[in-house]
Amino acid sequence: MNEPRKPESNAAIVTEPLKAETRKFNFYYGDNHALKNVDLPVAERRVTALIGPSGCGKSTLLRSFNRMHDLYPGNRYEGEIRLYPDDVDLVSPTVDPIEIRMRISMVFQKPNPFPKTIFENVAYGLMVRGEKRRSVLEEKVEEALRGAALWDEVKDRLDDLAFNLSGGQQQRLCIARALAADPEIILFDEPTSALDPIATASIEELIAEIKEKVTILIVTHNMQQAARISDYTAFMYLGELIEFGRTDELFVRPRKKQTEDYITGRFG
Amino acid sequence: MSDAMTAADKGGGSSSLYLDRIRTMRHVRNGKERIIEAILFVAAFCAVAVTVAIVAILLYEASTFFAHVSLVEFLTGTEWTPLFERASFGMLPLLVGTVVTSFIAFLVAGPLGFLIAMYLSEFAPPKLAEVLKPFLELLAGVPTIVYGYFALLFVTPLLQKIIPGLPGFNMLSAGLVMGLMIVPYVASVSEDAMRAVPMALREGSYAMGATRFQTAMWVVLPASFSGVMAAFVLGVSRAVGETMIVAIAAGQQPNFTFDPREPAATITAFIVQVAMGDLPHGSIGYQSIFAVGLVLVVITLFFNLIGQMLRRRIREVY
Repeated sequence: MNEPRKPESNAAIVTEPLKAETRKFNFYYGDNHALKNVDLPVAERRVTALIGPSGCGKSTLLRSFNRMHDLYPGNRYEGEIRLYPDDVDLVSPTVDPIEIRMRISMVFQKPNPFPKTIFENVAYGLMVRGEKRRSVLEEKVEEALRGAALWDEVKDRLDDLAFNLSGGQQQRLCIARALAADPEIILFDEPTSALDPIATASIEELIAEIKEKVTILIVTHNMQQAARISDYTAFMYLGELIEFGRTDELFVRPRKKQTEDYITGRFG
Repeated sequence: MSDAMTAADKGGGSSSLYLDRIRTMRHVRNGKERIIEAILFVAAFCAVAVTVAIVAILLYEASTFFAHVSLVEFLTGTEWTPLFERASFGMLPLLVGTVVTSFIAFLVAGPLGFLIAMYLSEFAPPKLAEVLKPFLELLAGVPTIVYGYFALLFVTPLLQKIIPGLPGFNMLSAGLVMGLMIVPYVASVSEDAMRAVPMALREGSYAMGATRFQTAMWVVLPASFSGVMAAFVLGVSRAVGETMIVAIAAGQQPNFTFDPREPAATITAFIVQVAMGDLPHGSIGYQSIFAVGLVLVVITLFFNLIGQMLRRRIREVY
């Protein structure tokens, strides 16, 4: 399925199948060279965490995976992000960003439910695809809400506006919205930074469940969180991927000095 | 207590805390605060007072009118002939004239203003939007008298080619041009509401694979719904109160008809006519402008209340 991995490469660290992989990936905001030669493997049905200090490019890298940068003028991708098993380069100009976003969902930092009902929020991805059959929508919405551990709390008020939910519930709703689209990868951009510890714990639990089915890439500035929930961790600094490794190894025996300084709290 | 004293004493006479001075200044400070508060209160009170005064004067003057004309005749009569020997004061012709012209204006300004706002906020490249917006604002800056003659001398002849037998004065032309006039208001207020929708919502929609159009219709529009409604209400209010265009292009004959091809007078057009001296000061006919003015205020108030209700019912949490 994948090309043979060079022994020295980050990809060689992952001994299981890959879902995606960036190769010599660069990104520019206008003249600002925000990402430099990033080689990041993303293992299938595993959680890969991106950590690093503010401005290191971790969110920029995450948002490259669903082509969010296409929304704003002056942005430029260079290099490749291969998506497996069909082995397409998802940042290639010939690839339709809308198709990519339908295959790769995203959960944002601040819960951003749409000004619609709970039902419509979860059904959004299907409605965007033109699905109108009520029975299909109902089935998918229930499945997604159950998947996001929200069904029992909202099943009697699916027609309420989503704004009436609490912050933690809103974020689970956003996860349900992402799940309902049957994505291959879900991108999480600091999904718990706006939540209290209890809501955070429930989201982390949820991520552990979801990864049984979906590949997860998560940006977090909380190192404990990365250590708790991820299988692989990438440490980024100033737009470069400094170190990539299995989470249990990277946090115990970092190979690079910068990684060690960061995870021991010497900077960041 | 004694701890506090020593802390203050440490700084000596020129304490870095300026405690002595702060204490002696207390009364001065409070006095100043009170004066400023009073000035601000008077300023705020003025706005309220003027509004109340306008309504009071309208009510008072209208009451002398209603001493001669029954309210029932005024509200249900279909003939408005204050200049005639046997004057009749049924205001329905004026009301209908106002409603028909405002409705035509709304049919133009509502959809057009909404589409322009949607384009500027969601679709236009930022640089193009920067060029287009001043043009739109220019349209809002054109004096209404210019619009009036534009309707009479340009739009009406044009319409006469399409609709044979169209009179030189007609509500259609006035309404259409009035609609053009309020397009910038509707567009600008709607666009502000759409721009106020957080980028995070749009990104959430795009991230689900939505197109620009889907995002605009399914996320931005419901999120800015109350603002768009407010824009419509504001636009209609302006149309109802608009004077010059209808006075010039719709004719000034009170005419009880819903046919937009007919000439008619609106409430405002009639007030202008009287104010320009067609009726002797102090006569019942003259007093009638206060009665119809009151109706105008009530209509505007009604629209504002509807707007407020819509706002409250579909309220977003940003």
